[in-house]
Amino acid sequence: MVSIKLSENKINQIKDICKSFNNEKGELINVLHKTQSTLGYLPAEVQEVVARELNTSTAHVYGVVTFYSFFTMIPKGEFPISICMGTACYVRGAEKVLDEFKRELKITVGETTADGKFSLSCLRCVGACGLAPVVMVGDKVYGRVAPDGIKEILNDYK
Amino acid sequence: MAKIKKHLLVCGGTSCNALQNEVIASNLKETIREKGLNEEVQVMMTGCFGLCEKGPIVKVLHDNTIYIGVKPEDLKEIVEEHIINGNKVTRLLLDSDPNLKVHSKKQLRIALRNCGFIDPENINEYFACDGYLALGKVLESKDPQKTIDIIKKSGLRGRGGGGFPTGLKWEITSKSQADQKYVVCNADEGDPGAFMDRSILEGDPHSVIEAMAIAGYAIGATKGLVYIRAEYPLAIERLKTAINQSREFGFLGTDIMGSGFDFDIELRYGAGAFVCGEETALIHSMEGNRGEPTFKPPFPSVSGYLGKPTNVNNVETFANIPVIINKGAEWFAAIGTEKSKGTKVFALAGKINNVGLIEVPMGITLREIIYEIGGGIKDGKKFKAVQTGGPSGGCLTEVHLDTPIDYDNLIAAGSMMGSGGMIVMDEDDCMVSIAKYYLDFTVEESCGKCTPCRIGNKRLYEILEKITLGKGTLEDLDKLKNLSHVIKDTSLCGLGQTSPNPVLSTLENFWDEYIEHVTVKKCRSNQCKALMQYIIDPEQCVGCTACARNCPVNAITGERKLAHLINQDICIKCGACMEKCKFNAISIK
Ligand SMILES: Cc1cc2nc3c(=O)[nH]c(=O)nc-3n(C[C@H](O)[C@H](O)[C@H](O)COP(=O)(O)O)c2cc1C
Ligand code: SF4
Ligand code: SF4
Ligand code: FES
Repeated sequence: MVSIKLSENKINQIKDICKSFNNEKGELINVLHKTQSTLGYLPAEVQEVVARELNTSTAHVYGVVTFYSFFTMIPKGEFPISICMGTACYVRGAEKVLDEFKRELKITVGETTADGKFSLSCLRCVGACGLAPVVMVGDKVYGRVAPDGIKEILNDYK
Repeated sequence: MAKIKKHLLVCGGTSCNALQNEVIASNLKETIREKGLNEEVQVMMTGCFGLCEKGPIVKVLHDNTIYIGVKPEDLKEIVEEHIINGNKVTRLLLDSDPNLKVHSKKQLRIALRNCGFIDPENINEYFACDGYLALGKVLESKDPQKTIDIIKKSGLRGRGGGGFPTGLKWEITSKSQADQKYVVCNADEGDPGAFMDRSILEGDPHSVIEAMAIAGYAIGATKGLVYIRAEYPLAIERLKTAINQSREFGFLGTDIMGSGFDFDIELRYGAGAFVCGEETALIHSMEGNRGEPTFKPPFPSVSGYLGKPTNVNNVETFANIPVIINKGAEWFAAIGTEKSKGTKVFALAGKINNVGLIEVPMGITLREIIYEIGGGIKDGKKFKAVQTGGPSGGCLTEVHLDTPIDYDNLIAAGSMMGSGGMIVMDEDDCMVSIAKYYLDFTVEESCGKCTPCRIGNKRLYEILEKITLGKGTLEDLDKLKNLSHVIKDTSLCGLGQTSPNPVLSTLENFWDEYIEHVTVKKCRSNQCKALMQYIIDPEQCVGCTACARNCPVNAITGERKLAHLINQDICIKCGACMEKCKFNAISIK
């Protein structure tokens, strides 16, 4: 794994987040949510700062980060693509849509394209089952996505 | 200011959001203003109407008209013809879709009573629908036990999946002695393909807040926590707004309505782990730890959050409470079957015409749900199965279509109520693949604490995969069965104890499909790619080259005007060629 050095500024941001939750260990998950939404992801170095601030072990923080699929230790693409793999989307062909994205972007689930533009992940039901299969790019929801329609979606971001 | 006479409601649920309902709402407001009607016509965004597939949706409240599939260019016509001249725009009417004719007739809305009817961001609208009246009644009675008795008598059972009697749970928590107790609302909604709780929180957040305060008073808790999935940003936003409004009006905070009772609510966020819907795991997660379940007893009602007695209820369970208090236990108990009272909200999805949210009285049959409310199977295909209970549930088939739906009947049929996901499958769905899909989910979501679930489910998945690849044997089917029972019997929490259900129920109901997969190596629904081949019939092929040009992996060779050939070693079975061939020369073998 590449190790990164956090800037003074970033460290202070993390410290401020911890402080806003009174440096309480029980608030770890809230702290991680806030930190990830500020920094984009939670690499080991960030976890170390959080552990120190909340007065707990890095192992505990790591254990929590890796337990929950919402938290990520690698940076997402500029336009993160999530394909819904909920049951409603699955029975309406989500797998084919996923295959097509994989082929088009030449990456697999959990990876980011070399230019850092797109990353691919799966999620379970965004609650728009009526529009299955559903794909999200960032916060935008695309419904009734067909495998031959994904080029068009990607074009929106090129 | 003139009095508002007419209301136009625009559905603001997630599905409709994706269809740009905001553009509809703002254009509608603009049109109303242009016509100088903004003094008497109000446009507002509400929660989900439950017609997710037909959005965006506009409802005209005064004459209860629903327009479906509304486009920005339709708005002027709706305003001019309907609002001004009083003539409905027939081509957009809900009834113009023959599948939707009986959609609302068989439904009974209790938990969803206000969804799609009020503006969830405006507490005044909740007041207009008896909002916070129930809390007032409960506090006025000065008798927590009386409230518990009402809930007990109503027969309400938990809607989160287990079906535990709610009143009894409240009573146990109220009898636990402690300096601090908690009321927790479980809004984790992990079942993939279900969105009942989210719709309630988006459409009627105050009803859940009010119910939590009532529960707090009944059991003697002053603190409430909502554990909600971080993946539900709209629901979180609406809930936060509602909590603030409720505080402003004094329904949360100290000395509520002068009763001396204090109660407030905080939010805790889930982070994408299905097992956190299990109550002990949920509590560990709220404490900032990995969401691993622990053995029960002790039950949360005795020792839960921070070791204190904690009453965990599901969102939909809570949404029923205020109505029960207002209308009485007898009223509620008169609805439903002998042991399952009231209604249940289902997220109806899959191969069905009317995908969306429905609320039906307990005891309704699957046939009524699928063929009447759901409008039948999509594209005139043949019904095969319906999956209820998500990854913990099972499949019901043709023979169960007339069974009245309640907690006990579903279990007897080899499935379960679950939280309310209902996925309809047709002849194109391979049941082995469906079982594999659920096991894939379970393997990913198992917390790993206990061996049968962590390793056993992985083995189940591998056997299912082997079968879908055409490498399964009859022996594997026995293994599936035996292993399933071991996992069920020996897992620590509800996840492992129920995860083999999709396998067992498909084995039971679709034994012949399994047999076909392992003996003749055939998948009758053509879903298992390893068991099928795309072939070109040289007699039919005119050599137009359409297939070859569209094949993403260049698996098709052939000269123009001569019959083409698919190289089976290269073909990835995407089906593109078959779709593109205008001469029906390509088929699946
Ligand atoms: C693996 C697993 C997942 C669960 N997921 C949920 C869920 O998403 N929402 C929910 O309300 N209950 C869920 N439950 C049930 C809860 O443990 C608990 O029984 C419920 O929240 C109690 O509320 P109720 O009595 O109002 O149903 C789950 C249980 C298990 C074993
Ligand atoms: S049954 Fe599965 S999810 Fe439950 S405790 Fe065991 S490993 Fe974890
Ligand atoms: S099924 Fe797909 S990969 Fe196979 S020949 Fe046809 S187009 Fe090519
Ligand atoms: S299953 Fe994909 S949005 Fe619900």
